[in-house]
Amino acid sequence: MFYREAGDFKTSYATDNQTFPIKFDRLGYFTVMAVAFLVIPFIINDYWANAIFLPFLIYAIAALGLNILVGYCGQVSLGTGGFMAVGAYACYKLMTSMPEVNIFFHVLISGGITGLVCVIFGLPSLRIKGFYLAVATLAAQFFLVWLFNRVPWFYNYSASGQINAPERTVFGIPVTGPNTEAWATYLFCLVFVVVSALIARNLTRGMAGRKWMAIRDMDIAAEIIGVNPLKAKISAFAVSGFFVGVSGALFFSVYLGAVEVGEAFGINKSFLVLFMIIIGGLGSIFGSFAGAAFLVLLPVVLKVVGVDWLGWPTDIVAHLQLVIVGGLIILFLILEPHGLAQLWRVTKQKLRLWPFPH
Amino acid sequence: MSTQESYVTDDGRTIGPTVMEMKNITLRFGGVKAITDISFDIREGEIRAIIGPNGAGKSSMLNVISGFYVPQEGEVWYKGKKRPPMRPYQVAEQGIARTFQNIALFEGMTVLDNVMTGRLRKMNASLISQAIWRGKAEKEEIENREAVEKIIDFLEIQAIRKTPVGRLPYGLKKRVELARALAAEPSILLLDEPMAGMNVEEKEDMSRFILDMNDEFGTTIALIEHDMGVVMDLSDRVVVMDYGKKIGDGTPDEVRNNQAVIDAYLGVAHD
Repeated sequence: MFYREAGDFKTSYATDNQTFPIKFDRLGYFTVMAVAFLVIPFIINDYWANAIFLPFLIYAIAALGLNILVGYCGQVSLGTGGFMAVGAYACYKLMTSMPEVNIFFHVLISGGITGLVCVIFGLPSLRIKGFYLAVATLAAQFFLVWLFNRVPWFYNYSASGQINAPERTVFGIPVTGPNTEAWATYLFCLVFVVVSALIARNLTRGMAGRKWMAIRDMDIAAEIIGVNPLKAKISAFAVSGFFVGVSGALFFSVYLGAVEVGEAFGINKSFLVLFMIIIGGLGSIFGSFAGAAFLVLLPVVLKVVGVDWLGWPTDIVAHLQLVIVGGLIILFLILEPHGLAQLWRVTKQKLRLWPFPH
Repeated sequence: MSTQESYVTDDGRTIGPTVMEMKNITLRFGGVKAITDISFDIREGEIRAIIGPNGAGKSSMLNVISGFYVPQEGEVWYKGKKRPPMRPYQVAEQGIARTFQNIALFEGMTVLDNVMTGRLRKMNASLISQAIWRGKAEKEEIENREAVEKIIDFLEIQAIRKTPVGRLPYGLKKRVELARALAAEPSILLLDEPMAGMNVEEKEDMSRFILDMNDEFGTTIALIEHDMGVVMDLSDRVVVMDYGKKIGDGTPDEVRNNQAVIDAYLGVAHD
């Protein structure tokens, strides 16, 4: 009834190109932004921040990054955990060696460094595709974790081999370290998420995104019409690496505070982010958020329902979670390969006509 | 035959000097000779057809022109210069666009995005500018959208602008592919069987588009086609290939009366 494009006439290509061409979508977007910036910071507490909002926001950035590489450019990567570790360790080295620089820039530079590393490991994509590329990036995953475990320089020769985030502030308010407040860490991550999403959206609706999708859909035809496959793939790896690095840096510095690389950034992390974009929807910005929200919320909901309400033992609920995630992935691959984003699109399509049958 | 002076055809189009020349091209795949010692030229503004029975090497010839295959012998001259061996995307950068026998569109993208991809040679805003969608990127996006809309109008595909290509029927996909190639404003447009698998009306539409393109934009066109009626009607000059060799070259009338061509198509009596 309210959700329709009829009557919303576009008179310039600029308005036709905008991110949310339908008025109702724009309103929804501004509402979400207003709630995220003006309401949640005042009601958030430590539990909500640590159990839901921080992991959701941080994984959303990682999922955006991986989605650009896998969903838009069609280059499969299983190295996300390793690349997040690059972001985390880059951030740690920057925080400890240049304490006078604002943490905000540390996170950005960590993203840049990860982008470079990602490009290096992405070079084989020029020769190999599909499964073989997946295996090559898997090698990156194991190599990077090994590197951060074995070279003491990366963890500043600490006895435990862990890295710990020292306290850093933004405008005098601590966002890392032990004395942070929920709203500050939440807002800090939110800013990165919003900017990442805007950048990802702008890149994917412009020429860069078209080149990536051309490579994904038919690489030979893309080359014939003038896409330089080297540049297109490398730029996808670089942008993807940047986002994944930012998420790794935030994951370590803001969310966990202390990290042991094999545990925090192991192969499981790579799969988790990959599952997020498969369930959420490959080649969709919204899907990255939907998938991250889904896989962050699922364990929390299961725990609340299973342990708190039904009184089941914790280990059974934990195992049940693995079963459900596995089942859902198979279900999604069979029924809706385009994920939650496609369900959302179908719903919107239906809404355009509702409540009329035709 | 001198090929350098411009002349005006019967229907009033000006055919310019040679824009591309193939000199003694030989292409081998292992022991198989796909193309043997073929030379021909393409002149500015003309519609040049390449015909021949199946397996004659026509598509291979087009692949040589678009840089997909590198011939073992022979030279490709383009705009008066010898072309070094180059990758297909470099050939595209020089202004040669093509369509494929089996449609090669980007199925996951909309018609508009597919055609916009054809404009990539005209758009070179930096990644940063694209990321913030300000300045050069936004300006280019709008300017090129205008150019693309003209082509969409021209090929009468306005209604399906925002439809993902994967959902379109065959005939429309062919047209979208033509739009994408045309969007590049190519110096030479290569069409590999633009009318394969079409019914009579679709063929008529496509013929009209090809003639209009040539007429309005002055696009030089080299096309491969099996429908003899279409080829003889459309083209200014025809190259005939058989078993990788050139057996005829000239105006449709000359080719039609060429004994070697008649033999290749109708067969020779063995007594």
